[in-house]
Amino acid sequence: MSVLIYIDHADNQVKKSSLEALSYGSDLAKQLGTEADALILGTVEDDLALLGKYGVRNVYQVSNPQLNQLDAQVFTAVIADAISKTGADTIVFSGNATGKAVAPRLSARLKAGLVTGAVALPDTANGFTVKKTVFSGKAFAFVQLLSPIKIISVNPNSYSVKEGSGSAEISSLDITVPAPKVKVTATNKVSGSVPLGEAEIVVSGGRGLKGPENWGMIEELAGLLGAATACSRPVADSHWRPHHEHVGQTGLAIAPNLYIAVGISGAIQHLAGVNRSKVIVVINKDPEAPFFKQADYGIVGDAFEVMPKVIDAVKKLKGK
Amino acid sequence: MKILVCISKTPDTTAKIAFTDNNTKFAADGVQWIINPYDEWYALVRALELKEKDASTVLHLINVGGADAEPVIRKALALGGDEAIRVNSDSRDSFTIASQIATHAKSVGYDLILTGKETIDYNGSSIGGMVAELLDMPYISLATKLELSGTTATVTREIEGGEEIAEVSLPLVVACQKGMAEARIPNMRGIMAARTKQLKVIEPVAVEALTSISSFGLPPAKAGVKMIPAEQAEELVRLLHEEARAI
Repeated sequence: MSVLIYIDHADNQVKKSSLEALSYGSDLAKQLGTEADALILGTVEDDLALLGKYGVRNVYQVSNPQLNQLDAQVFTAVIADAISKTGADTIVFSGNATGKAVAPRLSARLKAGLVTGAVALPDTANGFTVKKTVFSGKAFAFVQLLSPIKIISVNPNSYSVKEGSGSAEISSLDITVPAPKVKVTATNKVSGSVPLGEAEIVVSGGRGLKGPENWGMIEELAGLLGAATACSRPVADSHWRPHHEHVGQTGLAIAPNLYIAVGISGAIQHLAGVNRSKVIVVINKDPEAPFFKQADYGIVGDAFEVMPKVIDAVKKLKGK
Repeated sequence: MKILVCISKTPDTTAKIAFTDNNTKFAADGVQWIINPYDEWYALVRALELKEKDASTVLHLINVGGADAEPVIRKALALGGDEAIRVNSDSRDSFTIASQIATHAKSVGYDLILTGKETIDYNGSSIGGMVAELLDMPYISLATKLELSGTTATVTREIEGGEEIAEVSLPLVVACQKGMAEARIPNMRGIMAARTKQLKVIEPVAVEALTSISSFGLPPAKAGVKMIPAEQAEELVRLLHEEARAI
């Protein structure tokens, strides 16, 4: 009986989304009256004892460097072995790219009920029911997990990181790592920019910007705010911006603290990808744009006149 | 080469989302049903492109659903594919659905199984991974590119802040998303051909569900938008800093 939180990492560092999963898992352990432990596969430069700050007692590590690259099949076998060694019965993942690859496999392997896209702690008063987003953020569902072992995959940016004090005990798990079938041949990262799925602030442009040559002001504002840039589907489809920037129902669904939409009318498919943002700002010259109904702050005006003023004001605020 | 594409029936992307029966059921009245966009635009179309390159490819579609899914399956057959299989089950539990697909897949022995990265209704992102585990095959999720060379697949998948390229030997399960292929519209010849293609209905195997949906809910409505005159755009920055504390 314990909660085991899977820690994901890249470039030798623990991912922010895993800190959210740690906070979620520690709070869940408290609620269940049990302990929380963390599991990390592969190696990082971070001091793993510091994960104790997020409420975990032990950090179990399988420090085989082969595990620095993802093969979901191998990871599943290793995690399943770690679960039987540690006696954990509730497993928490971040619903990031690794969580999406591994959690469903683990669910099938252990016949353990899985809920993905969790946005709140489970209701454990009567059974074990987890709130998750459905219909691309337009609704939520309460999903009951019926099996003895339970797996929860937490939506990135939907549970706040809680940092306290404390130090975790690091212990190495002796687990045989099967040979991988997936051979990673290249990793291409957009350097220097904030990953869209993890960004606290996102500045996004739509067709109202008229052409790719006008993205300078989106990038400038994003740069000042430490934000990621995004775009609407027509913009990606017209190749004004790369596909990985497309947010919406058929693109990436994001939940930043602040979403600034410039020249985006707010079609229902776009809203589905961004409506979990905490604060939404809409700048659009059409006062009838449906996006204003979903916004917290709105400006009706020409982006080419409004944006320079906003950029100047941010520069003043940041003392630049 | 034998390819299986998993097809799900979902409400149209513009469908109004509401619930009935004390918030336990999706209000399906008047809803337009479509092939889940990720299954159609990316998984199915990429499979069709692979079949066009190698005419000996056998392409099957599978759906786990009730008889009401058949119009959507026919629509998928209109785009292409040799035959479709419908496993007659209304289950909404991912593990149950994946078990049905895996059971059928085992009986045929596919080299490549494609799914969408998720369905736009339940957003589970689970079927591909579960099927792969049940069949003991490697799995690539969030795939944006897939090329085959003999029995080796080169797959590009999205990771945080970029992409990763990997080589994997078949058989393989891949969950597809944007980038994989361009959406197609079925032509009249395809629609006519789809009418006579085989749509086999098979009964489900017994599987114990691991999850069940107790109820649904809608997010609370926004409190209302605060409008700022365009000529005072700098006021927005003050409000975001002092009131919303977002910057």
